[in-house]
Amino acid sequence: MAPRPNAPVSNRKTSGKAVKNFNGETFVEFDRDTELKAYREMLLIRRFEEKAGQLYGMGFIGGFCHLYIGQEAVVVGMQMALKEGDQVITGYRDHGHMLACGMSARGVMAELTGRRGGLSKGKGGSMHMFSKEKHFYGGHGIVGAQVSLGTGLAFANRYRGNDNVSLAYFGDGAANQGQVYESFNMAALWKLPVIYIIENNRYAMGTSVARASAQADFSQRGASIGIPGFQVDGMDVRAVKAAGDEAVEYARSGKGPIILEMQTYRYRGHSMSDPAKYRSKDEVQKMRSDHDPIEQVRARLLEKSWASEDELKAIDKDVRDIVADSADFAQNDPEPDASELYTDILL
Amino acid sequence: MPIEILMPALSPTMEEGTLSKWLKNEGDKVTSGDVIAEIETDKATMEVEAVDEGVIGKILIPAGTEAVKVNTAIAVLLQDGETQADMAAPKPAEAQSTSGETAAPKVEEAEKPTSGATAPAQPRAVEVAPDPDIPEGTEMVPTTVREALRDAMAEEMRASDDVFVMGEEVAEYQGAYKITQGLLQEFGARRVVDTPITEHGFAGIGVGAAMAGLRPIVEFMTFNFAMQAIDQIINSAAKTLYMSGGQMGAPIVFRGPSGAAARVGAQHSQCFAAWYSNIPGLKVVMPYTAADAKGLLRAAIRDPNPVIFLENEILYGQTFDVPKIDDFVLPIGKARIHRQGKDATIVSFGIGMTYAVKAADELAGLGIDVEIIDLRTIRPMDLPTVIESVKKTGRLVTVEEGYPQSSVGTEIATRVMQQAFDYLDAPIMTIAGKDVPMPYAANLEKLALPNVGEVVEAVKAVCYK
Repeated sequence: MAPRPNAPVSNRKTSGKAVKNFNGETFVEFDRDTELKAYREMLLIRRFEEKAGQLYGMGFIGGFCHLYIGQEAVVVGMQMALKEGDQVITGYRDHGHMLACGMSARGVMAELTGRRGGLSKGKGGSMHMFSKEKHFYGGHGIVGAQVSLGTGLAFANRYRGNDNVSLAYFGDGAANQGQVYESFNMAALWKLPVIYIIENNRYAMGTSVARASAQADFSQRGASIGIPGFQVDGMDVRAVKAAGDEAVEYARSGKGPIILEMQTYRYRGHSMSDPAKYRSKDEVQKMRSDHDPIEQVRARLLEKSWASEDELKAIDKDVRDIVADSADFAQNDPEPDASELYTDILL
Repeated sequence: MPIEILMPALSPTMEEGTLSKWLKNEGDKVTSGDVIAEIETDKATMEVEAVDEGVIGKILIPAGTEAVKVNTAIAVLLQDGETQADMAAPKPAEAQSTSGETAAPKVEEAEKPTSGATAPAQPRAVEVAPDPDIPEGTEMVPTTVREALRDAMAEEMRASDDVFVMGEEVAEYQGAYKITQGLLQEFGARRVVDTPITEHGFAGIGVGAAMAGLRPIVEFMTFNFAMQAIDQIINSAAKTLYMSGGQMGAPIVFRGPSGAAARVGAQHSQCFAAWYSNIPGLKVVMPYTAADAKGLLRAAIRDPNPVIFLENEILYGQTFDVPKIDDFVLPIGKARIHRQGKDATIVSFGIGMTYAVKAADELAGLGIDVEIIDLRTIRPMDLPTVIESVKKTGRLVTVEEGYPQSSVGTEIATRVMQQAFDYLDAPIMTIAGKDVPMPYAANLEKLALPNVGEVVEAVKAVCYK
C-alpha cells in the first residue's frame, strides 16, 4: 500500500514487549518511583471501581454506573504527561479520570451515592462531576459531546495565549459521532492544542468495533484533514506515558491537534446491568491474564526487586483504606438538603 | 473479621434473583476481581466478582436457590489468619447491610418521605431592578436594530478581552445579515472568528471555551440551524452549572434570527422562543426595539449564564430611538410597558409586538384603550408585571408568531389563570402562528402568520365588544 499522507511516522501496534515511540525508538523504561506511582494510582482506580460495583449491587448507587476496570493505564499514563493547568474532559466512564486528576475518592464515591459531600453535591451522579481546581471539565453523558467541548477548552488556551493543552477522551463508539469530525476540522484549521484520546476498548456498549466502524484504525480518523494519529498499547502504562509525552509536546508547541488511539479493554460490562454476552469469557480472561495493566507493573517491580511483596502489600492496604474510607463516607454522608433542588440553576 | 458476601443487585429495580452457580468452593482462595458465582434474573445472567481478598469460609446459599433477596449474605469470606471458628459472628461487609433485607436499607430510608413527599416551594424569583432612568435631555439616536446589536457587541468587546464572536460568515463576509459589520476590522480575526458550516461542532467549542472562562458570543446564521447544535445548548450549556453543584457554568450568548423571515419556506421560518423557554438553566431574551436589543444584548454578554438571544430578520432594518448613554445596559427578566392603557392588556415580544402596536392604534379608534406589555425576556418571565396589568384591565390577549401548541402565550395564560383568576373578566385569548409548517406561497404564508385583524378581534372579544 502506498504511504498515506499524514500517516503516522510509525504505527505502534499492541505487540507486547518491544514498545516503541513515534519514531520507532524503544522508549525509556520507568524508574522505580514512576513504576510505584503508576502501580499505586492504577490500583486506586481498580479498587475504587470494584467497591463502586459492590455498592451498586447493594443498592447504594443508582442509575447508570460505568466502571473503568481494565483501562487504568490509559488515564494514569496520560496524566503523567501533563503539567499544571492542562485540562481533561471525558465521557461517562469517568471515575478513573477523576481519581487520576487528583479529585478525592470520598468526593467521587459520595457523588455516586448521591450524597451532599459528593463533588457535585449529589446533583450530578456518576456521569457528571467537575473540578475547576483540578482542571477536570466532566463527566459528560452525551456520547461525543465532550469532544467539541474539549476542543473549546483548547480554543480558550490558544485565545489566551497560554501553553496549556486539553485532553479530550472518548471511546471507539463516540469516534463515529458527527460532531467529532466537525471538531477535528476546526482544531486542525485553527491549530488548537488538543490531544484526542480515543479509548478503544473494542466495544461501544454491546457493539464491537468491527460491527460499527468502517475504518477500525481509529488513529487514522483524522487523516483526511491532516491530524496525525498513533496507536498505542493502552494496557502498558509506559507506552501510554511515552505517547502522551510526545503528543502533549506536539500540541503544546503549536503544531495543532493529535490523535492517540489507546488500545485497551474493559473487563466489566458496559454498565452494571450488562452481562456482556457479546464477547467470550476467554477473550476477557486472556486480556486479564496476559495484559493486565496493573499486573504488568507489579511483575516488573518484583522482578527488578524494586519492591518486595510486603511493600506492595502495604500499598495495597493503603489503597484499600482510602477506598474503604470513601465508601464509608459515601454511605453515611446525608443526602442533599431538599433546598438544594432549586440551587445552581442560574448564577 | 470474616466478611459476608452479599447477593448483589444488577440494577436499581432488581429485588431478587437466582443464585445459579458457584464458581468457587469452600476453602478456595479468592482475590479481588475473581468471578465467584453467577446470578440470574429474568433479564440477564451476571457474574459476581470478589471485591475483597480471602478464603471462602462457608457458602450460605447453595447453587440453584431461587428468589434470593438482594443483600442476603450468600457466603462468608475469611481474611488473613481467620478460621471457620471466627465465623460465629461474621461482620457484614458493609456496616449497614443486614442479611435478608431488601436492597439498600439506607436508600430506602432516604426514600421514605416519598409517600407524602412534596418538593420544597420554588424560591421566589430574584427581584430584577427596573430599567435605568434615562436622564432628562439625553440625546436619542435613531438606530436600526441591526446597528444596535452590532454596537452592543462592539462595546462589550472593547470592555473585555474575554468576549469574542464566532459563527458562520461573521468576520470577512461581515455577517450574513450584517450584524457583525465592522467587528473584524476593529477587533481582528482572533476575536471575530469565522467558522465552517458545522453548528453542532462550533456550538460545542463555544460552550467549552465558556466553561474555561471566556465569554463567547455564538452567532447562528438563523436559529433554524441551531437545531443541529441544540444538544450542546441544552445538555452542555444549560445543565452544567447544576450538574457540577455550582462549580462550573457556561457564560455564553447564542444569538441570531428566529422566526419567519419572508418567503423562505418551512425549514427557515420558525420561532424558538417557546422551545428554549422550556429549559431550566437558560435565559431567553427576544427584544423588539433597537434600544432593548442593545441594552439586553449587553446584559446577555455580561450575564454569567447561557443566554439565548432571539432576533428577527424583519426587525433588523427597523429604526428606533436609542438613548445615547455610555453604559446602557437593561435588565434581563424585566418586561417593559410599551403603552399604557386601561381596558385590555396585550402581552407580546419580538416581532409579535408589531401586530400588537398596530392593533392598539386601531382599537383606540374604537374606544378601547389597550395596555401593551413587551415581555422582552421569555425566561425568566416577568409575570408580576403582566399580573399587575391584568389586575387593572381584567382582560388579556397574548400575541406571538410561533406555533400555537405549548406556546409562550399558553404559558402566560396558564400562569395568569393560576395566579390572577379572580381578576379576569374574560377568558384569555392567545394569538399565535397557525399550526402548520410555514408555506412558501405568498398568500398561504400570510395566512399562516398572525395578523393585526386577529389581534383586534381578540381584544374586542375579551372586552365583549
